[in-house]
Amino acid sequence: MTTATADSAPEATGGTTTMTYREALRLALREEMQRDPSVFLMGEEVGVFEGSYKVSAGLLDEFGPDRVIDTPISEEGFVGAGIGAALLGERPVVEIMTINFLLVAMDQVINHAAKIGTMFGGEVRCPLVIRTPNGGGNQLTAQHSQSFEGWFAGTPGLKVVAPANPADAKGLLKQAIRDEDPVLVVENLPIYKQKGDVPGDPEHLVPIGRARVAREGRDVSIVAHGFATVRALDVAERLASEHGVEAEVVDLRSLRPLDVETVAASVARTNRAVLVEEGWPSYGVTAELAARIQRACFDDLDAPVERVGSAEVPLPYAKNLENAALPNLERIAAAVLATVGLGPQTPVSQH
Amino acid sequence: MAVAQVGVRTDLYERMLLIRKFETESERQYKAARIGGYCHISSGQEATTVGTIEAMTDDDLLVTGYRCHGFALARGVPPEAVMAELFGRRSGCAHGRGGSMHLLDVSRGFYGGWGIVAGQLPIATGLAHGLVRRGREDAVLCELGDGAVNMGAWHESLNLAALWRLPIVYLVINNRYGMGTSVERASAEPEIFKRARAHRMEGERVDGDDLDEVTEAATRLLARAREQREPAVLEAVTYRYRGHSVADAGLNYRTKEEIAEAEARDPIERARARLLERGASEDQLDEAAERAAAAVAAAVEFAENDPEPDVSELAYGMHAAGSDVQFAPMRLGAPYGEDELVFDAGLGR
Repeated sequence: MTTATADSAPEATGGTTTMTYREALRLALREEMQRDPSVFLMGEEVGVFEGSYKVSAGLLDEFGPDRVIDTPISEEGFVGAGIGAALLGERPVVEIMTINFLLVAMDQVINHAAKIGTMFGGEVRCPLVIRTPNGGGNQLTAQHSQSFEGWFAGTPGLKVVAPANPADAKGLLKQAIRDEDPVLVVENLPIYKQKGDVPGDPEHLVPIGRARVAREGRDVSIVAHGFATVRALDVAERLASEHGVEAEVVDLRSLRPLDVETVAASVARTNRAVLVEEGWPSYGVTAELAARIQRACFDDLDAPVERVGSAEVPLPYAKNLENAALPNLERIAAAVLATVGLGPQTPVSQH
Repeated sequence: MAVAQVGVRTDLYERMLLIRKFETESERQYKAARIGGYCHISSGQEATTVGTIEAMTDDDLLVTGYRCHGFALARGVPPEAVMAELFGRRSGCAHGRGGSMHLLDVSRGFYGGWGIVAGQLPIATGLAHGLVRRGREDAVLCELGDGAVNMGAWHESLNLAALWRLPIVYLVINNRYGMGTSVERASAEPEIFKRARAHRMEGERVDGDDLDEVTEAATRLLARAREQREPAVLEAVTYRYRGHSVADAGLNYRTKEEIAEAEARDPIERARARLLERGASEDQLDEAAERAAAAVAAAVEFAENDPEPDVSELAYGMHAAGSDVQFAPMRLGAPYGEDELVFDAGLGR
């Protein structure tokens, strides 16, 4: 095995190595491409340019242009081409530059990939992976700051995962590549640079459909995924030191299948739930969670289920407006305090 | 070339008749409410269907749009499995989950009838890419209608196929109308085959009602795709006798005279006349017609007696084996009735 370029993922063969989220994704891709010749990466600027967010840096040199394929700007075309190759048993990993651009391929994802298993009576499978980052926070404004994963997670026939840290980024991407069904891997722009310990074991896999208790606590459960988990952990630490409130943080890791068992077990312990997402709450991930929690935990709840998401406007450009609209630390903290009875029941506006 | 190839092929004539009789029966069964949903009849297009399928090898792959009964039959899917699918029965080729628009038979390289106009094009293009990746020297035949060529997916697919030199032939069945809109009212360039040139791709138009002509062109273009990895567009000009679907009488956008004119050029009658010229006997051809009729009758009888799919297998095939374990924690808090409808029978196949 060759070490491709200076900034490719560190070699890691045992124990753990500290690396960024993007390096963990790269390591997962490298390991899976080394393990299985049918795995290939396809997307805009994944080869020569080394990926818009440098996830695929060095992979073209290591695996060549037949396995790291630069496409034209043609999402509907190459997502569909990924589906077709997958039908023949290839394992395409299609990178979409950001989830905002997946909209032009929506017909292929929702109306084609998701339907194959059922509509053709189980006669053919579609082991396709689509990787794409969501999220706002960099003043990218209305068309480039969105989080649509809930739309996909609401579609039977798809699987959707959203790693929140480097170890899960590696383990979930690898598991997605090995899965026989179409899987959307939702990455996140602000956490590409986040560092964490990542197991070097090439068989480090994170099962699809299992949430993780990221922080234990007795007073309230904060349920989140992706970057919202990172914010939730920050809030939990702050509330512990400033208010003595011990929040449990449940990182969903997978949106479809959704691990309601782990969420419900946490809420049954804490009797209170605050749900956080980067997307808009209406009809969103938190709406789904709230519905399932009220059914699974009806007798356990000591307070209304609260939720925090992006304010329901197209995301604005001005830094102060963008901050206000995103599920920032202050808004999450206010919701948690209200839920444990230490703040106003309906959080006030930040302005 | 054409004569040598098609010769005295009474089997191709029989295949065309099988499709015509099957379609006539499908419309009858639809009107008797034994077939539901949409039902798109291809009567009048048999020469294009049979000629292009005849040009395929056993290892080539086929992808079609939703007007796919004829293609399934021509490719050799048993009429029983097709009719059972139209009836929504367990032994249908998609086990009653797909219906008229979503026939398939992977064992015959038929990767589906797809229901969204032009949606099958990127997928067929990817199948061609998959053939290359796997070192196979086979080709894909991707059927579409004239209505699909104004979709973005058409342009994106042709661009990728030409850019990556994929072994695929896009068969445009120009039956002159996308639903009720004529090609002239929909396409700024109504000579559809010419659009291939925008992608530096071979484009060719044939009389889609001439079995010999269709077979010759499709054979040549598929061979070129296989051997030289040169994609192509083959436009077959034909006519659909019936409406867009069984629910459409097909008369408010075209005249009875126009339909009668098309029927006077009937591809099956033309094939019969040519076979007689080449030495086939009337008896031979009549026997072929009887066999086709018997096959359709047997298909209907089979479908009638085939059981409906079991409701306890509602989610059958939706996910791969092992997925049950992934979904198990989702049972908790699920909406009323999901346990019985979805989870109990298993999400994984």
